[in-house]
Amino acid sequence: MIELLQNLGKNTRTGFTKLGRGTFFLLQIISGILSVLPRPRLLLNQMYSVGVLSFLIITISGLFVGMVLGLQGYYILSDFGAEETLGVMVAASLVRELGPVVSALLFAGRAGSALTAEIGLMKATEQLSGMEMMAVDPIKRIISPRFLAGLLSMPLLAALFSAVGIIGGQMVGSGLLGVDEGAYWSQMQANIDFQDDIINGVIKSIVFGFVASWIALFEGYDAIPTSEGVSRATTRTVVNSAFSILGLDFILTALMFGDN
Amino acid sequence: MQHTSTQDTFVGLFVASGIVGLFFLALQVSNLSSFTEHDSYTVTARFENSGGLKVKSPVSSAGVKIGKVSAISFDPKTYESVVQLSIDKQYNTLPDDTTASVFTAGLLGEQYVNLEAGGSDEYLKDGGKIEITQSAIILEKALGQFLFKSAEEKK
Repeated sequence: MIELLQNLGKNTRTGFTKLGRGTFFLLQIISGILSVLPRPRLLLNQMYSVGVLSFLIITISGLFVGMVLGLQGYYILSDFGAEETLGVMVAASLVRELGPVVSALLFAGRAGSALTAEIGLMKATEQLSGMEMMAVDPIKRIISPRFLAGLLSMPLLAALFSAVGIIGGQMVGSGLLGVDEGAYWSQMQANIDFQDDIINGVIKSIVFGFVASWIALFEGYDAIPTSEGVSRATTRTVVNSAFSILGLDFILTALMFGDN
Repeated sequence: MQHTSTQDTFVGLFVASGIVGLFFLALQVSNLSSFTEHDSYTVTARFENSGGLKVKSPVSSAGVKIGKVSAISFDPKTYESVVQLSIDKQYNTLPDDTTASVFTAGLLGEQYVNLEAGGSDEYLKDGGKIEITQSAIILEKALGQFLFKSAEEKK
């Protein structure tokens, strides 16, 4: 019993210590961002590995999610004779929720895990301490460009996901099931608000990009420098990112769409 | 060097397609293109009952959207609903005896304010009032009256 309590206390303490280290790490990253700006080449390379390499999985998933929404939405809406509102349903669910959330989850799985493994291996093979020996700050040189690349890529990926999904929904809805194409777009335009829906969706995706990149980089930087430690850190990245993204999504949705 | 320049191209393509996606969402999906925030003027209309009217509900005249509802409040003295309509400035020639009514688009559609022009020579100005209004038809009320009436006739 006493042992149980001791373990509880120990776990809580290590949890808080980790959170504290993470926050300190985040402050270091943010202060390192300024020194990335004079070296756009570092950022560009990371945009490639974080953004461009996630492009395919995001667009293909977006297309299929949109097509499924078109199918399911059509079956439900046709019961009420409201097939024309299919466009609204597909666009609202994509732009508000699925676009930012699913692309952030895919981003955490595709780019986040790769970042953790990369940084963790750099630590395990003592490349990071090697850089410190050469008076190169690894935070400024390695971490901050990756963070900035994730932060910039995430809203672009989420927008692509939603856009491709809406086109996929249209393909299934009016191509396969015979919803009027004009009604699909005009109902959508009449009911989706730029400020309330699109901008809020973009804000969500920026927040998710911030959190997912932070967690991925921190887990890598904080990993125990062995092969087992790196593999555990990679798992933790995906799990923690998914938790944080879904939890934050609830809070953000309550804040943004709560009043109507 | 070949490697870096293809990488640059891909990054460029990625950023460009992301921005195209954002523009697509803004212009094709949302209402940004159809109703941008033009200069508008506000008039007030008092309804006995504004039904399911909401802020941002459309204001139309002769079937064309000319503005939107900007605020709805309850007047505790007269027990009326005070609805502020913000109307696009280019339609500034509405007579001051215009009638405002709350209609429903279709049987179950959203409610909107319909303005029917009167015959006065004076125009509505910013901050003006629409005097003649017609309340929303509450479906339950109309149904109740109808049922009551048919029961009465059967006697």
